[in-house]
Amino acid sequence: MTETPDLTHFVEKLDDGRARLNLAVEGMTCAACMFEIEGGLGALPNVTHARANLTSGRVAIEWQADDVDPAAVVGRLAALGYKAYPYDARRMESDEQQEARFLLRCLGVAAFAAMNVMLLSVSVWSGNASDITPEQRDFFHWLSALIALPAVAYAGQPFFRSAIRALLSGRLNMDVPITLGVVLALTLSVFETLHHAEHAYFDSAVMLLTFLLAGRWLDQNMRRRTRAVAANLAALKAETATKFVTESEISEVPVAAIRPGDLVLVRPGERIAVDGEVEDGRSEIDQSLVTGETAHVSAERGTLVYAGTLNVNGTLRVRVGAADRGTLLDEVTRLLDRAVEARSHYVRLAERAARLYAPVVHLTAILTMIGWVLLGASWHFAVVTAIAVLIITCPCALGLAIPAVQVVASGALFRGGVLLSSGDAIERLASVDTIVFDKTGTLTLPEPELVDAGRIAPETLALAARLALASRHPLAAAIARAAGATAPLDGACEEPGQGVSALVDGEELRLGRPSWCGLEAEAGRVAASDPEASVIAFRHGTTTAVFAVRQRLREDATAVLAGLRARGFAVEILSGDRDAAVSHVARQLGVSEVRSGATPADKIARIEALRAGGRKVLMVGDGINDAPALAAADVSLSPVTAAHLTQSASDAVFLGDRLQPVATALAVTRRARRVMTENLWLAVVYNAVAVPVAIAGYATPLVAALAMSGSSVLVILNALRAKQGTGDAPWKS
Amino acid sequence: MEVLIYLVPLALSLGLLGLGAFMWSLKTGQYDDLDGAAWRAILDDDQIPPAAGQKKAPTSSPAP
Repeated sequence: MTETPDLTHFVEKLDDGRARLNLAVEGMTCAACMFEIEGGLGALPNVTHARANLTSGRVAIEWQADDVDPAAVVGRLAALGYKAYPYDARRMESDEQQEARFLLRCLGVAAFAAMNVMLLSVSVWSGNASDITPEQRDFFHWLSALIALPAVAYAGQPFFRSAIRALLSGRLNMDVPITLGVVLALTLSVFETLHHAEHAYFDSAVMLLTFLLAGRWLDQNMRRRTRAVAANLAALKAETATKFVTESEISEVPVAAIRPGDLVLVRPGERIAVDGEVEDGRSEIDQSLVTGETAHVSAERGTLVYAGTLNVNGTLRVRVGAADRGTLLDEVTRLLDRAVEARSHYVRLAERAARLYAPVVHLTAILTMIGWVLLGASWHFAVVTAIAVLIITCPCALGLAIPAVQVVASGALFRGGVLLSSGDAIERLASVDTIVFDKTGTLTLPEPELVDAGRIAPETLALAARLALASRHPLAAAIARAAGATAPLDGACEEPGQGVSALVDGEELRLGRPSWCGLEAEAGRVAASDPEASVIAFRHGTTTAVFAVRQRLREDATAVLAGLRARGFAVEILSGDRDAAVSHVARQLGVSEVRSGATPADKIARIEALRAGGRKVLMVGDGINDAPALAAADVSLSPVTAAHLTQSASDAVFLGDRLQPVATALAVTRRARRVMTENLWLAVVYNAVAVPVAIAGYATPLVAALAMSGSSVLVILNALRAKQGTGDAPWKS
Repeated sequence: MEVLIYLVPLALSLGLLGLGAFMWSLKTGQYDDLDGAAWRAILDDDQIPPAAGQKKAPTSSPAP
């Protein structure tokens, strides 16, 4: 039943006739792995290029077209001990890569210009204090202009574009005063140079750009790194489907290559990768990832099935549908669209600061000019002083105040297992006061587990687990996992819809439905004591056992929720599952605010009611039915096991089996916001000192250079504090 | 102060040389994998695996 996967969908044809495949590799963590992989792949015939990227955890392989089977490459990596998954590089990232390189080029140009202009400026400053002649000074100023003007025209593009975009859409962002400051500084400097003046501000303009570009590049770099990890995770769990190529022939293809109308085979224990209609077969479907409902529903010819659901016990043939989607998914998509549209246009802290800042600064400059004219100074002096005010207030520190903290905080979150997908999520997470959890897959682990393993004799459990290895049923898999079984029993065969059996020493072993094993009475007792659990029975001659399997709470859920409540957060459970299952979990966790049987629309309604009451809501969920609620909440998190649709609706993804990352995210972001506010105040204090100096007409280029770099360094050093206290004890502060 | 006539062009061309070197390193993808590059530097020459050895020359197709 193992067919080779068809990876041709992911192979990229290069212009020179070669082909390239990008793979995300699991477990490539050290330099030795990197060399082993490159060596192993390079030894394959006709492979012309094999390059591992340790930072992003990917490998690029190129070969002469048609000479290499992509499956052989994956097979080779598997032989080396690495799991590799194809990664569709065309779809994403090329834009991002382009942008990163452009920013780095801008930074290079700006840094080059800053160094050379500074060299000339220092000569002028020292010359002004000693014996420079006006001709020499003019020559140096013209030389500075020659370097600074083209450099700013090139390196300033990211700011100019963003400022123009903001102005066109009627907004003000930090790039507007930056652009204005830089352009005015250059214009004034050229004008002053023409009039053989003592001062020119070419150095201020390029230095400002260099500092800001460095901050912007760091910010982008951090985000790119986070996104690369998230994209790898997506590739690792990228689903494949078994497609009927002809009537009787099957092939495993990536879901991206499946078209509506195709017929796919879904075996027991497999997750259904597509939406469609059952054409043939009979089975039970676990829809918990889609609806949150843990009870199974039956499927037969004509039943609509959804991507993300789990086929429990029968083989199904599913006709892929796209146009005639199921009512549930239609509903979710419609709600999601509306929620995304209505998502309150959150005004970033930086944007709010810019809105206050820009008018104040521009007004101050104008008042300075008018004031000097009224006091009887020349128009020339008044204008020069007004522009000096604009240059010295040009928001270098302000421009760095927030990105610098974002870099540090997203790095800390990354180490804490939280991958951010949007930059302003940090600020929104920091303002949360109410947390709404989904139950299935969020508070509980997504895979079912055996409960009360200690109640059963170890040798019975071990034998049952070996028998369970023969089945792909999720409940059987839970038993196999619980005992850590690795050696399957010989000659085990599966009875569809009943269970698995095998002969050991002439005696029959059975694992499956209680009725099939003749243990209905005992199974009834176990089921009564634990209403959420699914029961599975085992008989070996006279030895019998009944196992209860259910989704277990995340190991640290109780502690984390208690910690959150102690910190003053209001905690709620909002689940699509039935009442008995939800209230049992709520009792264990000590949560009193509970809603069960909620449809996607109910979930949105609850979130909106909370928000209408003035609460800032964090929604944590993993199901497809949670996606609209995730988008409707102020900010949202989902575990990495969540469905694709759900992950893309949430602001961040957390990794691992523990709930701690949720608490870490809240702790880190609160600290980050505090540091952001401090940084903004630092910038205000800097302006409070520097602006009177500029208004008085003492803001020479030397003063501007010192003030600007001083405040930038101060802000960056302060930003580093956002990292402190995020280690093992994130609640200590 | 005639010394400026050749000192200034010299300073500028040195600066441009540095900028050119930076642009070249950027173009050949030397900033794409900073973690990996740190290790490649200390790899013993006699242990270079075939594929890694081939990759000494800059290529037009950097790793993703």
